[in-house]
Amino acid sequence: MSSQQNTASTAAPWRISAGWQATPYSLVFLLFFLIPLGLIVMVSFWEFNEYEMIPSFTWHSYLSIFEGCTQLNDYGDMCVTLKTYASTLRISVIVWLITLVLGFTVAYFLAFCVRTTSMQTMLFVLCTVPFWTSNVIRMISWIPLLGRNGLVNQTLVGAGLVDKPIEWLLFSEFSVVLAFVHLYTMFMIVPIFNSMMRIDRNLIEAATDNGASAWQTLWNVIIPLSRTGIIIGSIFVITIVMGDFVTIGVMGGQQIASVGKIIQVQTSFLQFPLAAANAVILLLVVLMIIWGLTRLVDIRKEL
Amino acid sequence: MARGNYEPKRPAGYAGLLAVFVLFVIFLYGPMATIFILSFQGPEGGLTFPLQGLSLHWFYKLAEGLGVVDIGAALKRSLMLGLVVMSLTMFMAVLAGLAFRKKLRGGNALFYITVASLIMPSIIVSLGIGLQFRLLDGALKWVFEYLGMVSTLETFGTSLGLYTSALGAHLTWTLPFGLLIMFAVFNRFNPAYEEAARDLGATHWQTFKHVVFPLIAPSVVGVGMFGFTLSWDEIARTSQAIGDVNTLPLELQGLTSTVTNPAIYALGSITTLVSFVVIGVTMAVVKWLNQRRTT
Repeated sequence: MSSQQNTASTAAPWRISAGWQATPYSLVFLLFFLIPLGLIVMVSFWEFNEYEMIPSFTWHSYLSIFEGCTQLNDYGDMCVTLKTYASTLRISVIVWLITLVLGFTVAYFLAFCVRTTSMQTMLFVLCTVPFWTSNVIRMISWIPLLGRNGLVNQTLVGAGLVDKPIEWLLFSEFSVVLAFVHLYTMFMIVPIFNSMMRIDRNLIEAATDNGASAWQTLWNVIIPLSRTGIIIGSIFVITIVMGDFVTIGVMGGQQIASVGKIIQVQTSFLQFPLAAANAVILLLVVLMIIWGLTRLVDIRKEL
Repeated sequence: MARGNYEPKRPAGYAGLLAVFVLFVIFLYGPMATIFILSFQGPEGGLTFPLQGLSLHWFYKLAEGLGVVDIGAALKRSLMLGLVVMSLTMFMAVLAGLAFRKKLRGGNALFYITVASLIMPSIIVSLGIGLQFRLLDGALKWVFEYLGMVSTLETFGTSLGLYTSALGAHLTWTLPFGLLIMFAVFNRFNPAYEEAARDLGATHWQTFKHVVFPLIAPSVVGVGMFGFTLSWDEIARTSQAIGDVNTLPLELQGLTSTVTNPAIYALGSITTLVSFVVIGVTMAVVKWLNQRRTT
């Protein structure tokens, strides 16, 4: 074998172009993400009866979702759709605020109060390990604590603080919010911690040297520089809660309405065009929220 | 250097922050510890404290099956699916990560699709995949009919299944994590090693096998762990995209409203144990790989 051939063979075999390398990955998202999304939009314009979907182009599903939504009903209430969206949004905002404050505090502690890197890594892993365990298990693990005969009620009754067990601890909006905070604060901690670790420590020192108080440093240096992490975490938490049906189902005792739950129920009744139309609306709402959040960053940058 | 200059005193409010952190960790692990303890509840005991003695009673009950649900079979299904998802996630994420290091046409679009898949409400992805396979069922039945394949038509149930629709649904969730980890890895990767290998006459494959892969191996193991654990616990994306048989977490979700004895805690302890074993093994392997690399 001549040396020239050898050179050629080192260049040729196994040189795979970037396009081919990305093909399996791209195919998965084409087949299981883009096409399904397209089908949702398409089917949301179809008709359906008890047994099957009928291809057509109609706004029926959308119209029936917003039926009676143009005005308040006789009791002064909103229609079911708007009411569900309002309650889902309210839960999202509550969960978002709590996870933001809690996640920021924990990330701040990890980034600025822990001195050695190995300790930092260890505590960070400690905060993220539950993410790799089952969400349902983490939900039902509240039952022995919050149930009517749970640990909290036993303690409260035993201490004579309440006469009879508190009912709203479990299968209520309270337990739903608690479970969300329990499950998803991690999504705030990780990106905010990541942003904080990139902050040049000299900037903080400079702020202190120039006489800034701890609060001023926090407000004018650390929070603006953690912005990216805060926005990423917020997008994660809000989109998860907006589309949720598992946590609201299990922790709400299947009694609390949510947009995700409506879609799930309609799917189980094989009302695909209705479910698809609801999914399209949910997607638009979520996109608007994300757009608003990213705008928030830009505006602050410009000011 | 920056660290050395860093203010020697603890930041203001250290005690308060420490307290918040400790309480947060208790909040994270406390409930899990409770059901772990309660799964050893005595035969007479219920869903809450106090413990009526200690026993393995509910683990035996679990092994006998809960109602109509065959836990063992569901466990095996989830384990197998998790391993398949893990392998595919590792393979595809590494390849795509390598592709993104070169000039990749449409790379930006692919990146945005990845992020979109990560933050897309799972119920939408799940509904879409379920819809897709139901439409595929319709198309397949029409084709069988057209071709006169009567026996196939009669036995054909649905194309929805563990290794079709559910596998796809899981990958839309695990792959974005895999790719983002690979980005983080390659951002810190020093290309000088590759160039050196290339200069010494290594082929592309040899460079990858003997230089690049050993360097990224610990992270690839991490990607595998994400793949397995996320699949092992996945509910939302699987829910509408599963055929006749359920995965373990889906069975578990159904059981939360029907089972009213500590057997469900026993099941919880076992699934959590599997997760912990996977996390532990991953950390051990990563440590071993790192040690081998430095010696």
